[in-house]
Amino acid sequence: MAGSTPASLSAEAPAQSAPAQPVRRFSPAADAWRRFRRHRLAFVSLCVLTTLILAVIFGPLIWRVPINEIDFGSKLEGPTFVHPLGTDDLGQDLLARLLYGGRISLAVGLAAMSVAVTVGVLVGALAGMSSGRVDAFLMWVTDLFLSLPQLPLLLLVIYLFRDKLKTIIGPEGGTFVLVIAIIGGLRWMPVARLVRAQFLSLREKEFVEAARALGASKLRQVVRHILPNALGPVIVAGTIDVAAAILAESTLSFLGLGFPPDTPTWGRVLFDAKDYLDIAPHWALFPGAAIFLAVLAINFIGDGLRDALDPRRVIG
Amino acid sequence: MSEPLLKVKDLKKHFAIRGGVLSRVVDHVHAVDGVSLEVAQGETLGVVGESGCGKSTTGRCILRLIEPTSGEIWFQGQDVRKMDGEKLRALRRDMQIIFQDPYASLNPRLTVASIIGEALQIHNLAKTNKDIEARVVELLETVGLRPEYMHRYPHEFSGGQRQRIGIARALAVEPKLIVCDEPVSALDVSVQAQVINLLEDLQEKFGLTYLFIAHDLSVVEHISDRVAVMYLGRVVEISSAKDMYANPKHPYTEALLSAVPIPDPKAKRKRIVLQGDVPNPIRPPSGCHFHTRCPIAVERCSRDVPHLKETTPGHWVSCHLRS
Repeated sequence: MAGSTPASLSAEAPAQSAPAQPVRRFSPAADAWRRFRRHRLAFVSLCVLTTLILAVIFGPLIWRVPINEIDFGSKLEGPTFVHPLGTDDLGQDLLARLLYGGRISLAVGLAAMSVAVTVGVLVGALAGMSSGRVDAFLMWVTDLFLSLPQLPLLLLVIYLFRDKLKTIIGPEGGTFVLVIAIIGGLRWMPVARLVRAQFLSLREKEFVEAARALGASKLRQVVRHILPNALGPVIVAGTIDVAAAILAESTLSFLGLGFPPDTPTWGRVLFDAKDYLDIAPHWALFPGAAIFLAVLAINFIGDGLRDALDPRRVIG
Repeated sequence: MSEPLLKVKDLKKHFAIRGGVLSRVVDHVHAVDGVSLEVAQGETLGVVGESGCGKSTTGRCILRLIEPTSGEIWFQGQDVRKMDGEKLRALRRDMQIIFQDPYASLNPRLTVASIIGEALQIHNLAKTNKDIEARVVELLETVGLRPEYMHRYPHEFSGGQRQRIGIARALAVEPKLIVCDEPVSALDVSVQAQVINLLEDLQEKFGLTYLFIAHDLSVVEHISDRVAVMYLGRVVEISSAKDMYANPKHPYTEALLSAVPIPDPKAKRKRIVLQGDVPNPIRPPSGCHFHTRCPIAVERCSRDVPHLKETTPGHWVSCHLRS
């Protein structure tokens, strides 16, 4: 009995003798949270991301400089007390612009990632569980999407749906939904392939067979046994997708397909700053740092999440 | 012998090999090629044979974890192959399986309590969470584990302890028949003995019937009432354990038994060493599958398929020359 060394016990009860051990009872969620906190980088990253999110939500309420107040007298200024992050070529306050644009960038990143991961997991799980024709068809669709030329497709989708969506949800909301659908809709394929591959190997594992022998339904096998064991790589892929989505949004804006050009999303600000790199490096530096911080934090959180959700991991 | 609990007749499982551009079926692996056996209520039938002879596939076919290609499986007078939906689920309560690898057979993300409790949830054997917990405690005690361990994860246990968890999971639904698929092959010898003793105790306590698949001949001799020897997807000999070990009839059984080590360095005996390897199950030899390696084969063996014949009461052999 002493042969089993529960790694997570070492912190709480190193000196206790075996028979007096208290019954260890945590809900799986509390257990995961405990392990997550031990993952230092991930925990710090969570704090950073929370700060970023709080800043973009409440920042514009506190820093009340308008985002589009043009002041040629102070254009391309470095950080000063009046403009803590400097100004751009029109003398607009960068801090205000980044705080406002961050809402869109982060929201697009997270929402597009959820779309991509949800679609990817659904398609991959369906393909992985069904064999034969359904699997072949779904993988054929996945390959089709992978081989589609993205830009012409984007143009087509935008021209077809932009006005319709705008009339239904409104101009801002319409663009938002469209951008998320496009970014998410073109990024689910790697996740689908990953999930399918995981499912193909996991569904032959003996613990799944044991569940089948007990009479577990297909749904139960998937939800309880296969999916939780397939999630590790999916989480990592998902966090990478957030970064890609934030950047993809700026590409769309540049092409005039996303938000209006004066909407200061992080990607857009970065893009505008590129012509002034040698005169006003701060202009590119701050949105770049914001994207970098957000992406890095999300990646570490993904790492920590993957480890925390796996009871086998020992995190010292 | 009254009506057997389990009756398998001419069971076959051929796995398709797909190949080519259109992934057409190009060939078949004859994993199980006509197995017939009967298991009586409360007895242990040992199934032995070398790797790849179809022992495990037979076990999984009986449980319908693998769909057999053809043949009949009767359990308590019911045709297992015709069952589906609710009836199949009910059958799952009566037949369970214990796996070989205690590391792969437990979901690493669930606690012991949820692994064992799942069986109860699926079959509605316990109403409230409290009932489930009480039953899990009872099951853990039955298999010799401390109930405090129920909130731990599988990786916190040793191989033998994990195998006990697997046994508790199988017992949760109060089955009549348990297919033991090499339950001790992955364990240390000392732990093997403990698990085998546990299995024997449980059999006595709950009146279980075992189909005990193994390749360790001494383990099988110890635990089995009757033994079936398999070679390349077919049963070549089946008899009571005592009779089989004292008086093997089939040349393959003779060769197998002569390979069992005797813990006495002075003991001398004739070893029968078979030539060559097991033939490819994609193209099994014609006639008797064993004729390519059989020391006594005659011309007829490569032509006619032998069938199990009763030579002495209860001792069935599938050989043209020995039966």
